[in-house]
Amino acid sequence: MTTSTGGSAWAVEARGLVKTFGDNRAVDGIDLQIRTGAVYGFLGPNGAGKTTTIRMLATLLRPDAGTATVFGRDVAREAQAVRSLIGVTGQYASVDESLSATENLVLFARLLGLSRADARRTSAALLDEFGLAEAAARPLKNFSGGMRRRLDLAASLIAQPPLIFLDEPTTGLDPRTRLQMWDTVRRLVAGGSTVLLTTQYLDEADQLADRIAVIDRGQLAAEGTGAELKASVGTSRLQIGLAEAADEPEALRIARSVLGVEPTRAPDGRLSAPVPTADSAGDLLVALRSAGIPLHDIAVQEPTLDEVFLTLTGHASAAPAPAEDAQDRDLEEARA
Amino acid sequence: MTTTLTPARPARPAVDPQQLAAAASNRVTLGATVRQSFSMGWRGLLKVRRTPEQLFDVTLQPILFTLMFTYIFGGAIAGDVQSYLPFFIPGILVQTVITTSVVTGVQLREDMDKGVFDRFRSLPIARIAPLAGALLADTIRYLIATTLTMVMGLIMGWRPDGGAVGVVAAGLLVIVSAWALSWIFAFFGVIARSASSVQGISMIVLFPLTFASNAFVPADTLPGWLKSFVDVNPVSHLVTAARDLTVGNGITADAGWALLGAAVVVAVFAPLTVRAYMRRA
Repeated sequence: MTTSTGGSAWAVEARGLVKTFGDNRAVDGIDLQIRTGAVYGFLGPNGAGKTTTIRMLATLLRPDAGTATVFGRDVAREAQAVRSLIGVTGQYASVDESLSATENLVLFARLLGLSRADARRTSAALLDEFGLAEAAARPLKNFSGGMRRRLDLAASLIAQPPLIFLDEPTTGLDPRTRLQMWDTVRRLVAGGSTVLLTTQYLDEADQLADRIAVIDRGQLAAEGTGAELKASVGTSRLQIGLAEAADEPEALRIARSVLGVEPTRAPDGRLSAPVPTADSAGDLLVALRSAGIPLHDIAVQEPTLDEVFLTLTGHASAAPAPAEDAQDRDLEEARA
Repeated sequence: MTTTLTPARPARPAVDPQQLAAAASNRVTLGATVRQSFSMGWRGLLKVRRTPEQLFDVTLQPILFTLMFTYIFGGAIAGDVQSYLPFFIPGILVQTVITTSVVTGVQLREDMDKGVFDRFRSLPIARIAPLAGALLADTIRYLIATTLTMVMGLIMGWRPDGGAVGVVAAGLLVIVSAWALSWIFAFFGVIARSASSVQGISMIVLFPLTFASNAFVPADTLPGWLKSFVDVNPVSHLVTAARDLTVGNGITADAGWALLGAAVVVAVFAPLTVRAYMRRA
């Protein structure tokens, strides 16, 4: 990438964005600077103001206060110009359910000014690229959630916009489809696009985003790289299931002396202790082995979104994560 | 498939986003607006093809109403069915086609609640295009209702003296007027909370307009206060104009009044509707 001369080099620049719905300040003074060519992640629970912020940047909502520019064009005063620079993929697939996949893409392409032939060609190429070629003529009613999202994303890419908004691109997707979506995002960035995505999952922001903004109650709680955020949030925890319950007092004593902190005991009887480094986890396991304490299983758990929130905002996230999400987290299990 | 030999997509052009942004236009030309409206109209037609049950009202209603009212009112009003037909067919035609235009608002409301309208709003297209397209596609509904009503009349023995030219002209006049009126219902569609409330409000507007007219009965049988409303009701002018065309009286002043009314409705409600639509957008 060449460095741009003159003007702002930011893909997105926002100052004091505010949006209120009734007496709810959904977005309450957000400042942003997003570098061109980067993946920027908004991390936060439901209702934190992520989607509202994106909708303002995408010209779908008018800010009540503050200003924002996309590649230097004002989202409120030059909305039409901004719209030609962005692609928006919403939280719920914004494609026409009553049309087929091809008809959807051709319609959007025609609206963007492509000729009939170009519209057909672009649609076919995109359907191919997103693995939807075989389903191209089928009605969308029979599409899975993942197929819908892919079509939605394909529709956002017709005009090859330099900035792409992805609002919770993987919410509700199964793990395999989720990984495919991650690959797609990485390919977009490799192609030079700037991506702004929202997510409720720390690992997703961590995997994809160069920089992450943690949003809570309409405000920026923290901003930085994934590593910076995690460092501020705390450490992984080592969880140990003992083969013999009788070993517990001895195991607790060893953990205390190796790690220097008091381990906690989970309701299921497993012991859980913070491990600041991988080595300290190793130290503990070695100490347990040399004391002759047999283990049933071990697991390492990274900080969860709830812990991020607890640390960064001083309160738990408003919406408890759904139970199924617990399995999605970086939970590496090893049976001993 | 993993073995794709052709490049899936042409490589992204190495354009500096800043230059792209500086060149991006903040306006949509009139030509582009018209083209985008027709693209949206094409979408409407595709939807009709996918869900033909949307056409139940414009196919069954003309057949049922024309048949039913001819035999119910015919004897009482004109003495016999045959002499009622030249009077009645233009009336029921106007009533049916205008009723059909209410659906525009209802469907627009349902449509706007869907996610795809978010995408339309995020595209660099004219704000009026999704509305104009929906209204454009609905003309096909008016055409079906018009044709079926007239065919039913012909089957029952309606022999218009105005000939094919008069009949086609009357049909076109009614379609144009219904299209104009549909902007009123589109406005309700944009401002209402739900599709069923659109239906409700629209019916309140529709019933006085269509029934307090000369569509079914000659206006001179009415009490004075009602007659004075019927006389100024644009629907009455439309019905009279359609009657004149079909019986062979040619284009009369009523056609002018009907078209003027249509133009006024569009001039008032099209900007209102677009404004309301943009505020919600």
